Amino acid sequence: MALADAQAAARSEVRQVRPVRKRRRRYRMSAGDWAFEIFNHVALLTLVIVTLYPFVNQIAVSFNSATDSLKGGIYLWPRDWTLDNYKYVFKEATIFNAFLVSVARTVLGTVLTVLCSAMVAYTISRQDFVLRRFVTIAFVLTMYVNGGLIPTFLLMKSLGLINSFWVYIWPGLIGVFNLIIIRSFIEGLPEGILEASRIDGAGDFRTFFSIVLPLSTPVLATVALFSGVYQWNSWFDVMIYNSSNIKLSTLQYELQKILQNSNAATTAASAFANSGNVGAVQVTPLSIRATMTIVASAPIIMVYPFLQKYFVKGMMVGGVKG
Amino acid sequence: MENDIALSASPVPNPKKPTGMKHFFKQLYLQRALVIMSVPFIIWLFIFRYLPLWGWVSAFQNYKPARGFFEQEWVGLRQFEFLFTDERFFRVLRNTLVMSFENLILGFVTAITLALLLNEVRQLVFKRVVQTISYLPHFISWVVAAGIIQTTLSTDGIVNTLLMKFGWIDEELLFLGKAEWFWGIYGASIVWKDVGWNTIVYLAAMTMIDPALYEAAEMDGAGRFKKMWHVTLPGIKSVIIVLLIMNTGYLLESGFDPQYLLGNGMNISHSENIDIFVLNYGIRMSNYSLAVAAGIFKTVVSFILLFVANNIAKRLGEARLY
Repeated sequence: MALADAQAAARSEVRQVRPVRKRRRRYRMSAGDWAFEIFNHVALLTLVIVTLYPFVNQIAVSFNSATDSLKGGIYLWPRDWTLDNYKYVFKEATIFNAFLVSVARTVLGTVLTVLCSAMVAYTISRQDFVLRRFVTIAFVLTMYVNGGLIPTFLLMKSLGLINSFWVYIWPGLIGVFNLIIIRSFIEGLPEGILEASRIDGAGDFRTFFSIVLPLSTPVLATVALFSGVYQWNSWFDVMIYNSSNIKLSTLQYELQKILQNSNAATTAASAFANSGNVGAVQVTPLSIRATMTIVASAPIIMVYPFLQKYFVKGMMVGGVKG
Repeated sequence: MENDIALSASPVPNPKKPTGMKHFFKQLYLQRALVIMSVPFIIWLFIFRYLPLWGWVSAFQNYKPARGFFEQEWVGLRQFEFLFTDERFFRVLRNTLVMSFENLILGFVTAITLALLLNEVRQLVFKRVVQTISYLPHFISWVVAAGIIQTTLSTDGIVNTLLMKFGWIDEELLFLGKAEWFWGIYGASIVWKDVGWNTIVYLAAMTMIDPALYEAAEMDGAGRFKKMWHVTLPGIKSVIIVLLIMNTGYLLESGFDPQYLLGNGMNISHSENIDIFVLNYGIRMSNYSLAVAAGIFKTVVSFILLFVANNIAKRLGEARLY
């Protein structure tokens, strides 16, 4: 129902904008209106510049030769164009491994989250399910109570999830927020379709996999995106659970280590830099930092503009649903 | 809308609810497919979400992981006594409160202002572009964001460069090295990251406002400011209040990432909050009980705040959470 609201809102936005424009064309703008118009555009353009500049600057530094960057003065465009920084980052075994772990947890975590959330959401969307209220309340309560960092940490320890890849997957398997938006979407599906499949003799599993899942693609895409971004961006769980096992480190955590040590003399980055100065490749902490920043955010920057509408839809549903 | 927010935890009796134990188990057997689809996740939920709640008792113990559950030493409220006499905890509490309120107020004011400005833009393409770009930092991890902020504020970063060029300062400032500046930097960082994203709900609410109201205001001679003030803002009032209440419940969740990632030895007196305190005492120093006590304190305060905010909203006759 909430999704329907959001869609209605999106539609009414389109419908409503045109008459407003026509009406305003007739309306004569006063001097004050012009001043506001100019102020508004300047303010918004400033926002755009402040938002984008740091990214552009990091991209420029990452494509600029490392020794040249030290002289400063790289703003929007590389001065001494090179791919060495990227070559170096991907040749560095730790970082490449971290990249693979990041990809693995993003893919596996997202797939499992979507599938499991959808399954539970389907059961609680069934009005006649005897455990419906029990399951719903059990999940919703966890929005308000949680054990906190230390008890969770001790639990992971006793479950043997420390220094294990699965600690990235199990704890966050089903989010209540995801559950609620999928459930409202399924409840909004035409009653007749589910009814028909039942009459045709499909069991609940069959109905779920061949009717509900395919029909829920829009909401599942939204959940997949949120989950994917969450998995890709996670670093805290790596730090507290798996920091002693370098093989399970992720890109974000490697970047965090570089940032944290960037002031100290014996940094990972400067160690890279010293060891990296053999052969043709020359790197510095500065350029490694910029390159890692871009590598760690590139997947999101690249996919995000195309998938923006799913994020926004999810956000609106979440806003209405709490 | 209120019902939606109360979720399905509302005690509406299911008309098809079975009566009698025998009937219940028969139903359960008939719906075994749904049971198989949900019960494993209830077990998951119990282990990962409810089991850690047991950990709360360790706040009243002098918990040592090496000892078994029944061999722990019970110390009553001594951990809490220690907290409330600890000078460091008061500093941590002050930082948490200041940054939480900053987060709340600044988040609301900037997002509403930006939404109002965007709402006044008539060139749809320009509006879309500004929106898309302003959402971007929301999807970037805090690790990347912190790296970007550190770079921007570094001695050869763009902020110092510009300030030097305009001649406003004589020598580069060490922004993150001044403890008193941390709250300001924190505020600017959260606004930079989330202002665009936070506008979505307000913009959606603004599209729901009846265009006739604007026309009526125009007839009465209202300019653009008057229309914004007397039509747009009142039109989104209920959304603002619901979000304010919801965010009050999360008030003490002022975040962990920005404070931890931007914090350093020089600004720790203003950057350390309860979450970092818990991490340092609990996981770094293995003083589990004290950390759990701090976590409990935070949860209890959050509950009280949510309750108070909800009651105030009830008094004012506004939409509320429950």
